[in-house]
Amino acid sequence: MKKALLILFAVSFALVAGCKLIDVVADAAAVTGVISSEQAQYASSGAKVASKTFDAMKDITPEQEYYIGRSVGATVLKTYQPYTEKTVNEYVNLLGQALAMASDMPETFGGYHFLIMATDEINAFGAPGGLIFVSRGLLKCCKNEDMLAAVLAHEIGHVQNKHGLRAIKASRGTAVFTTAAAEAGKSFGGAELAQLTTAFEGTIGDIAATMVNSGYARKLETQADTDAITIMKRVGYNPTAIKDMLLEMEKQLKHSKGGFAKTHPDPQVRIKDIEKLIGGCGPVISPKARQERFNRAMAQI
Amino acid sequence: MTRHTAIVIFVLCCALVSPAMAAKKMSVQIREGKLRSAPSFVGSVVGTVKYGDRFTVADTQGDWIRIEDENSKIAGWIHKSALSTKRIKLKAGKDNAEVAASSGELALAGKGFNSDVEAEFKSKNKDVDFSWIDKMEKIVVTPAEAAAFLKQGEVAVSKGGAK
Repeated sequence: MKKALLILFAVSFALVAGCKLIDVVADAAAVTGVISSEQAQYASSGAKVASKTFDAMKDITPEQEYYIGRSVGATVLKTYQPYTEKTVNEYVNLLGQALAMASDMPETFGGYHFLIMATDEINAFGAPGGLIFVSRGLLKCCKNEDMLAAVLAHEIGHVQNKHGLRAIKASRGTAVFTTAAAEAGKSFGGAELAQLTTAFEGTIGDIAATMVNSGYARKLETQADTDAITIMKRVGYNPTAIKDMLLEMEKQLKHSKGGFAKTHPDPQVRIKDIEKLIGGCGPVISPKARQERFNRAMAQI
Repeated sequence: MTRHTAIVIFVLCCALVSPAMAAKKMSVQIREGKLRSAPSFVGSVVGTVKYGDRFTVADTQGDWIRIEDENSKIAGWIHKSALSTKRIKLKAGKDNAEVAASSGELALAGKGFNSDVEAEFKSKNKDVDFSWIDKMEKIVVTPAEAAAFLKQGEVAVSKGGAK
């Protein structure tokens, strides 16, 4: 028994100390920039670098997501002009930021920012990294602040789930990996930059085409709706407003074939998917102060 | 050695080594983050951290992490979405670039899709206008302003902010 206890002690200590040793080595690697020999060996194998499958969700850093989002946003604004009235944009940013803070991803590389698009088309986009665009037409569908919160929370849902990045074709990853492996801490050379820029253009095209033309799959829309309900509950808005919004959009979309009608599932289908989650929240009741500031802001639309 | 002594030594050794095991490190993965006095956006700001800064995890509460530097001179709470377990190298050598590409252990700041690529994209796509994207980014709402907005609209803020 004594021997067994000693072995137990020795093994336990070795296991625990081993973890510490790995920690120390890892720390040293962090300081010196030298990574473990196994990793170094792995890294030195060009074949393994090339064979790694590109996974946009994991391989694109928040910093890269930020640059992708900026260009996706600029591309969206090629089709839809910005609506530049200051007070209503500030109102949308206050509401949007309050909601983003309660999301699962309140911190992004460049933060959340919101802009109104000067179109009567009913539409909204959540670009990677947190640039969110909402149309004047969609704002006009909102009867109260809770309904607008539903729209913005839905787009935040797309952002936090990185739905935009899912639209990137796997083939774009090759350039990212090869240039990352080839470069040596210096500025890119002409050929590498050209290769990356081509991949970048393709990436922006993949995402913008999905957002503006084809839309996300139904399950991703349901995920964004589900997250919107969670966010609204955390902040204190009534998630029944999501159902109200979908019913209003259904009414409006009967006269329209563009925008949401083209890129989103039938509102009734979405309502069916989320009805249980909304449950017994009851009808939206806007306190006077909330309704008045909403009306003041919307008077600028 | 009696059984009792062996057990006492084992427990002592574990107690000594365990804190080292718990010393997990994380890197700031956003451009700039605020450290707060409490695990919530309503906590007062006690410090600012920058992209790539690496800290020791001192505590966690829900989705909030308390980080501190080696000398405990900088310490505070930040939401987990601002942090990554990856090391973020601001200036990477070739080996690090290869490791980043193969293992995913490292993230290379400023590499891949970056400002150089955006500049090249702009020069090739002159019809894409970034001026309103830049203006959008200048509209900044602080957590305190957002909280005041909710209060003014009589929106009940859930405790602890984010989940």
